[in-house]
Formats: sequence, C-alpha cells, structure tokens
Amino acid sequence: MEYSSLISYLLIIPFAGAFLLLLINKRNEKLIRYAGLAASLLTFIISLVIYFNFDDRNSEFQFVHKFSWIENLNIFYFVGIDGLSLLLVLLTTFITPLTLISSWSSIASKVKEFTFFMLMLEVGMLGVFVSLDLFLFYIFWEAMLIPMYFIIGIWGGKERIYASIKFFIYTMFGSLLMLVAIIWLAIYASAPLGYFTTSLPELYSVGPQVEKTIQDWMFLAFAFSFAIKVPLFPLHTWLPDAHVQAPTAGSVILAGVLLKMGTYGLLRFCLPLFPQASITFAPYISVLAVTGIIYGALVAMVQKDMKKLVAYSSVAHLGFVVLGIFAMTQEAVQGAIIQMINHGLSTGALFLLVGIIYERTHTREISDYGGIARIVPVFSFMLMFASLSSIGLPGLNGFVGEFLILLGAFKSPVLNNWWYTVFATSGVIFAAVYLLWMYQRVVFGEVKNQKLTSLTDMNFREILVMVPIFIFIIWIGIYPGTFLKVSEKTSAKIIEQVLPSNQVTIK
Amino acid sequence: MYLTVLLPLLGFIINGAFGSKISAIGGSASDRRNEKVIGIIGSGVIGLSFLITIIAFFQTLALPVEERKTIINLFTWLKVSSLDVGFAYQVDQLSLIMALIVTGVGFIIHVYSIGYMHGDKGFWRFFAYMNLFIFAMMNLILADNFVLLFLGWEGVGLCSYLLIGFWYDKKFEKSTTSDAAKKAFVVNRIGDFGFLLGMFLIYLTFNSLNFNEVFTRASAFGVPETTFAFIAIFLFIGATGKSAQIPLFVWLPDAMAGPTPVSALIHAATMVTAGVYMVARCSIIFASAPAILTVVAVIGTLTALFAATIGIVQNDIKKVLAYSTISQLGYMFLAMGVGAFSAGIFHVMTHAFFKALLFLGAGSVIHSMHHEQDIQHYGGLRKHMPKTAGTFLIAALAISGIPPLSGFFSKDEILWYSFANGGFLFWLIGALTAFITAFYMFRLYFLTFEGKERFGHEKPASTRSNRGEHPHESPNVMVIPLIILAVLSAIGGFIGIPEIFSGEHGNIFHGWLEPVFKNAERKLAIYGLHTHFQEILLMTISVAGAAGSIFFARYIYLRKPSIASGTAKKFKSIYNLLWNKYFVDELYDATVINPIVKTSDSFLWRIADNKIIDGLVNGIASLIESASVVIRKMQTGVAQFYAVIMMVGIAAALFWIVLSL
Repeated sequence: MEYSSLISYLLIIPFAGAFLLLLINKRNEKLIRYAGLAASLLTFIISLVIYFNFDDRNSEFQFVHKFSWIENLNIFYFVGIDGLSLLLVLLTTFITPLTLISSWSSIASKVKEFTFFMLMLEVGMLGVFVSLDLFLFYIFWEAMLIPMYFIIGIWGGKERIYASIKFFIYTMFGSLLMLVAIIWLAIYASAPLGYFTTSLPELYSVGPQVEKTIQDWMFLAFAFSFAIKVPLFPLHTWLPDAHVQAPTAGSVILAGVLLKMGTYGLLRFCLPLFPQASITFAPYISVLAVTGIIYGALVAMVQKDMKKLVAYSSVAHLGFVVLGIFAMTQEAVQGAIIQMINHGLSTGALFLLVGIIYERTHTREISDYGGIARIVPVFSFMLMFASLSSIGLPGLNGFVGEFLILLGAFKSPVLNNWWYTVFATSGVIFAAVYLLWMYQRVVFGEVKNQKLTSLTDMNFREILVMVPIFIFIIWIGIYPGTFLKVSEKTSAKIIEQVLPSNQVTIK
Repeated sequence: MYLTVLLPLLGFIINGAFGSKISAIGGSASDRRNEKVIGIIGSGVIGLSFLITIIAFFQTLALPVEERKTIINLFTWLKVSSLDVGFAYQVDQLSLIMALIVTGVGFIIHVYSIGYMHGDKGFWRFFAYMNLFIFAMMNLILADNFVLLFLGWEGVGLCSYLLIGFWYDKKFEKSTTSDAAKKAFVVNRIGDFGFLLGMFLIYLTFNSLNFNEVFTRASAFGVPETTFAFIAIFLFIGATGKSAQIPLFVWLPDAMAGPTPVSALIHAATMVTAGVYMVARCSIIFASAPAILTVVAVIGTLTALFAATIGIVQNDIKKVLAYSTISQLGYMFLAMGVGAFSAGIFHVMTHAFFKALLFLGAGSVIHSMHHEQDIQHYGGLRKHMPKTAGTFLIAALAISGIPPLSGFFSKDEILWYSFANGGFLFWLIGALTAFITAFYMFRLYFLTFEGKERFGHEKPASTRSNRGEHPHESPNVMVIPLIILAVLSAIGGFIGIPEIFSGEHGNIFHGWLEPVFKNAERKLAIYGLHTHFQEILLMTISVAGAAGSIFFARYIYLRKPSIASGTAKKFKSIYNLLWNKYFVDELYDATVINPIVKTSDSFLWRIADNKIIDGLVNGIASLIESASVVIRKMQTGVAQFYAVIMMVGIAAALFWIVLSL
C-alpha cells in the first residue's frame, strides 16, 4: 500500500516537532506555542488523511508498516490500524491541539518544556494505539508515563509530587505484570510457531490454544495492568489525586485519552488473545464495572471539589465501557467503543470548563460559587451542555454509548443475567443527580460570593477550544453512524475471536 | 408532516442563537418591539406546525381507514446488529390527535406568553425553551420507535427542567426554583430507569425497537405473559415518572415554580400526558399483561383520589391546579387500566383544553395580582377581571364534569368503563374523586373570584407584598387565548358523544382511534353485558354528585366561611396531613435521599475510598518503604562489612555444595 508509512508520520511529526522546539529560544514563548500547535495540527491532518483512506468494510489491520527492529529476538517495528485504533487515534490527535490552545494562559512557566512533554505524550499515546507488536506496544505504554509524570509533577497543584509519584508507581506496577505475561506468552507461542515472536497477529492465532489455567494467569496479568489504567473499581484511587493535581491540559489528556488505553488494551489484547479466560472472568469483571458505575457516581455526588467530582464521574463512565466490553455482544462492544470517544469529549469538556473558571477564581470548591449564570452566561451555557452530554441526554453523544452498552449487556449471553444491566442503568439516575446538583450550586441561585460579580466570561480562544468538541458531541448524538461504521467490522471481528460463531452460545 | 417537528426546532435555534441580539436591538432590553419579533417567531413556528398538522389530519381523514398510517423516515440514527432505529415519524390516528393537541394548545399558550412574559429579562430564552419543548414533544408523539420516543421523552424532561428553573435565582419555598427543577429532572430519571429497562427487554424479546415490528410480533408471537408483564411494569414505571403518578408524583407540585404558561403547557396540557400516550401506544403490550393492567388501574385510581384530597386544603392557586392535574392524570391511567384506551386519550384532549385554560386563567390572575398566589388573599376578582373569571368558570365546570361541557363526556366515559370493565370499586372511587374535584375547584373559584375582596387594606401584616391592590383585566393577547380555550373546553366534548346519545353514528372519537387499539381491545375482550339503563343511572349519579359538591362549596366558602376554618380546627390532624401532602416529600427525604447522601459522604467516600481502598494502596507503598529501611541498613558503605557478608555467603555456598555431594 502506498499509504503504508502514514502511520509512521503520525508518530514522527509530534516527535520531531518536540525536538525542533528545543532549538527555539525559551523566551520566545509565542513561537513555541505556535510551533507546538502546528505540529499537533499537522498530526491531526495526517490522521484525517488516514481516516479518509481507511476501508471500513475491511476488518484487517490497515496502513501496516513493518520492518525488523531487534533481529535476534525477532521483534519488529510493526504498526497498523483497524477501526478501533483509528477512532482512538483520531480522538488523540483531535484533543491534543485543543489542550495546547487551552494552556495558553494557564501554563505560564516553562512553556517550552511543557509543550515538549505534551508532544512527547502524544507520540506515546499514538504509539500505544498503533503498535501491532507487543514489545513495541509495551515500550510506548511505559514511555508515555514519563511525560505525564512531569506534566503533573511540574505544572500541577499543591500536592503534585505525591500525585505524580502515585500515578507513576501505581500504573508501572501493573505494567510490569503485563511485561511478564508478554514474555511468557511469546515463549509459550514459540513452541507451536517454531520461533519467538511478539507480533500481535501471529499471537492471536496462538493465544486461544494456550492451556486454560495458564491462559487465566496471562489474562489476569494483562487485565490487571489495564484495569489500573481504566481505572476499574477498586483500583481507581490514583485517579482523583492525579486529576486534581494535574494542570487542566493534563487532566484533559488523562481523562480523554490515557484512560482509554486501559479499555483499548482489554479489547485489543485480553479478549482476542485469551478468549476462554475472558469468558471465565467476564462476570467478575462486570461486577466490578457495575460496582464502579454506582460507587463512582455516589462518591462523585458528595465531592466538594469540582475536579474531583468529574474525576469520580470518570470511574462511573469507564465502568460502562468495561461492562460493554465484557458483555461481548455487537451492540455492547460498539457502544463501548463509541463511549470511549464520548467520555473523552464530554469529560474533556468538563475539565476544560473547570479549568477556565479556576483560572479566574483560583478555587474549585463548589461552595465558593453560586449564581454565576447572569455573570458568565456563555460559560454557564457551555457547562450545562457538557453536563448534559455527560448525563447521557438523548440527542447528545453520551446517550448513544450508554444505551448501546446497556442494551447489549442486557442480551449478553456471556453475562446472561439481567441484574448487571439493572444496576448499571441505575447509574443514569445518579449521573443526573451529581452533575445537576453541582450545576445548580455553581451556576444557579443567588450570588453569595461578591468576588464572583467581577468574573469575566469566556474569551474567544476559550470558546474556540470548546466549539469543536461540542460539534462532535452533537454529531455523535444525532448521527453516530459516521463513527459506528468505522469500528463495525473491527468489533465484529473481536467478538468472533472471543465467541466463534460455530461455538454458539454458552448458557 | 416532519416539518411540524423541524419548525419548532428552527424557532429554538433562531431565538436561542439570536434572541439575546434581537432583544438588545435599539438599546433597551425590554423594548416591546423587540419582544414582539421574538414572540412572533416563537409563536409563529408553532402556529405553522399547527396548520401543517391540521392539513395532515384532513389528508389522513380523506384516506380509507386501512391507509391512515404513514411513516416518514428522515435518516438512520442507531444501527448496530439487529437494532435499526432512525429519525422516523409515524403519522397515524393517535399521533395526529396528540399532535393537534400539542401544536394547537401549544400555539395558544405561546401567544399568551407574549403578554405574560412581557418585560422579563429572559424573554428570548423563554421562547427558545418553549420551542425546544414543542420540538421534543413532537418527537415523542410522532416517533415510530421506542428510542426516538425516548429522545422526546428526555427532551421534554430537559425543557421542563430548564423552564421550572427559568427564574433560577427566585426563592421558592425553602430554597430556589432550581431545586424544584432538579427534583423534577431526577424524579423523571427514576422513571426513565424503568423505561430503559422496558426497552431492553423489548429488544431482547422482539429483537427490534420499532413500533411496527414490536407490536406486530407482540400480537402474533407466543411470548409468555410474564415477559409481557415485566415489559409492561417497566414501561409503566417510566409513565409514573413523566405523568406524575404514585409514587413518583412528587415533582409536579414543585414544578409550579416555573412561569405559569409553562405550568399550563408542560405541566398540565401536554408533557405530563406523555405517560398516558406511551401506555396507549403500547396498548397491545399492556393488554397482553392483564395483571399489570390492573396495577395501572389501581395506581391511577389511588393517585386520582389521593391528589384530589390534597387539593382540598391547598391555598396556592397553582398548587391546587397541580394536584388536580395529578388527579386527572390518575383518571387517564384508570382508563388505560380498564382497557378504555380511546376514552383515556379523549380525556387527554379535553383535559388539555380545560386545564390549560385553568392555568392560563390563574396566570392572568397572578399577573394582575403582581405574583400573589395565595387564594386566601384574593376574593371578588370577578368585578375586576370579568373575562378571566368567566372563562375560568367554564373550565371549572368542565373539570367538574357538568354537562354538556367537554370534561363531562370524557370523565363520564372513563367512569362508565371503569364500572363496566373494571368493577364497582373503581367506579366508586372514581366518582368520589369527581365529587371532591368539583368541590375543590369551586372552592378555588369562589375564593378567587367571588365574595369579599381580601387583598389590599384587609391583608394581615404578613411578609407578603401589598402590591396587589389594583387588579385589572389582562391585555388582549392573554385574554383571547383564554376565550379560545373556553370555547374548546365547552364544546370539545361533542366529538366524543357516547353511543347512547348519538345513536347510529357511534362515538366519532372512538371510531377514529379504533384501528390503533383494535388489537389490544380484541386481546382483552372484556366488554361485559351492561345495559344503557345502568349507564344513564351512573351518569346521573356522577352529575348530581358534582353539582351537589359545587353548591356545597358555594355554601361553605361564600356563605359560611366559618365552617371551613371550624372543620380544619376540629380535624386538625387530618388537615395537617393534607396540608403537608401526606408528608411524602419528607418521607422520601428521610428514607431514600438522606441515607444515600449520608452513606456516600461519610462512608463510601471518607471511609471506603479514602481509608480502606486508598489506605490499602498507600499501605502497600509504606510497607515496601519500611521493608526497604531494613534492607537499606545492609548498605553501610563499610567495606569490611561487605567482606564479612561475602565470606559468610561463600562459606554457606560451599557448605551447601558439600552437603549435596
């Protein structure tokens, strides 16, 4: 294919951009910002080119680029995309420039370093989504931690050191287990294949043949690592700390893209590599997912800090995604994939908005606000819009994902029990409670805090950041077909890999 | 026909996006001309929708019966696996009736609002929300699948939320209107929870969420009755939320915090009947689950009675009307429950007329009394605002079921079917409720429009404002809508004249809706043998009872007000119980809301999350750290110490090798 190197450009552009930045004088902040933005926009354009040349009727990996890397170990630089990774790549390249624009006023110190780390972060995230070699995947997976660690640790809040170390060690701990499992699997596979390889497509054919008990262990090692990243209840406690301490851009990337790497991993590796084990553990993981939905919502409800509230709401939202993945029906998996995008958009929007108001008041305590509707009408409108999207109002994006997930989980032959859906559906009530309650306390009522009367409404740049997100929130809400179509074949393939149709259903 | 959906959306976009600009033209924000532009756009789109609906209605009427259903498919919305739902609108007898009510009454209320909302800072916002509401409501009633219906269902909920909290910094009861708005949304969401589960089960059972496929399969397939029962109960939970039935009615009285035209349109005439519409639309499912149908009837009857009793003692004019709405919705569910689907829809229609009229009349009074809403501070207003009083009287007579006004026909039909299909007890409670309704409606009427003036100088030194001293008739833009609605309330019932009076023509309204409910009614087949004599007898009893109640109310509240206060004192505990609405809000607070919030705060977050889960994480970290402290001691930097350790190690290794030899 002539476009085969496009994916590599996707990685090279932000990477090269980051290093070119280093040549700019650090006092020339404006140039640094524009250069960083240009690099990320160029990456976005490349991803659009990939999108327009992507064949959504094909379930195979496309734009594959492969050459030998570590010959002794038969490890390849091997990248390519399918519908699932394409959507997440688009999300990443879409969100990154927006966060860069949003940081123009919030990041005042060490702009050069910040922009450098943001671009490196983008490389890491994109690398995770396009790697088709487990070894390469692992490198990106770990490498991406480093820029995030610095972003939280340098530009974060008061307890940024605690939060960044916790984030780093916690996720690192999980990934080490995964590394063990990767090596184990590759060695195990070398017997039937006759050679050592970490190539994903080849391991796909071996994974299902792995002896069940060993498969279970491998599955758990992978799943544990991904579950921390998601984060799945009860492995979520790094998230509120990291979110609250991270600068706005960090929170947006963290919620928007980083968390998706966990759910992406479950879909890309756990399910197809270890199908029998996935089915065995599906009920347990689903119980945790549903617990997370309710637990996250209830804890979000009583938060006093806006950012923490949004952070806990992520636990609930990602619970939906995990439930969708392990329901293993076409509806649910498609719902889970679109919900990953949705969460990135709506939670990203919420974090951006919280950041915008924080910049003006330097407080995120809900009780410090009240009655700002008349003072900052544009902000109030946008906060309402983002909240409704997160609540899952039909016509906006959140509904599409949640509805498909719940619908699919309800009829799932793997879960084969209504109660998962019944409890998960109660999450839609709580989502309305915590978000509307926060909205009411922040925006409605009378102005109690006189300092608020001098608030300025959103400026052009801030509106510019929000509008593209809102366009997609409506687009997915009204015409999700554009996006569902991209991942349709991929999700069907993943389900086929776990539940081969000739095996019928397990009741 | 789909234009009737899109036009309100257009109005919303225009007023929503440019409303603030329009009202700022020429400087002064309350410039009457600017308001007119917004008002005309806002009402105009609804008026056009209404016209198109009328045209569609007559076109459909001209078609032979079996062709009276068309589906307009705009585009696909959700298509995954066997799920395939779109923005597709179904025009049939039932949706046309509903569309006529929504756009017709909606248009009248929009026009009225131009007068009522005059001078409000949020004039444009108000019309934008109202248009959005009509858009959502039209989606709800025209949808050809459950998911699109749900979009409308949630959409009207959102508009209701936005409009209840329209004056978001205004004090309302213990807090602000935004509390009431949030409560409405959340309670509705509890209902939606049921509705969603209903949809999931429908999809699981029938492998589709399109009305046509589901209903065809439901009437043909050998699906077990328990499955139908589960679907029906889930859907009904949804209906109790939207249509304010026991146990989810608590949001509606608080919804009165919104501007009065909103109460008229959303919380009386249209949105709250969505639950009734949905049950009627799914009649085949409910008819296949007779047990649940009985539940519907029982809940409806109890709600009707329960709300009516509260209505007797309330003093806020809008609260009384709110409880009467809940009570009337109860009647509609009673009708559904006894399988009288078209009678229920008939009542939806007549109720839309007279209840909108009552609310707009109340709005006219409130407008002229400078937002005083306590009927104890009204009195004798007929002299000052005769047109409002006259139209209000017509509506009150209609809701009381006095022939030949519209309410008589629809209510009596429901009562008749509840007797014929349901049983004596349903009829008895229904009739009793009708008497109570007549009583409290006329209590309201007499205290407001007749008797001595109790406002102005006579007012006790309370905190209430003293501004309502010069009541006046409302402007024409408000009065003309009242008159139109009064005409409809008066004669609207004639299209549903029961068979015994109209003879060979039968009931026209039933005849029109018959194809929609045919399958469900055939499945139920419960029409017992009853004579016309019984029908006339029951009718006479209910009319006589209602008339008696009216005179009783007149006697008490005009002649002997002491009786009322005396009775209230004598039965203080009952009075308190009713005055406090049976303490349901307090009960929910104490048993559900507070425990959840408290547990989440003091246990889930502070203990489970911070101490246990996170404690464990940090605990492992500190465990490793303290272990490292011990191990670190080994790294002393003293070379001799390392040498010793090395020697010991070598010795141990040698020892082991020797042993294993």
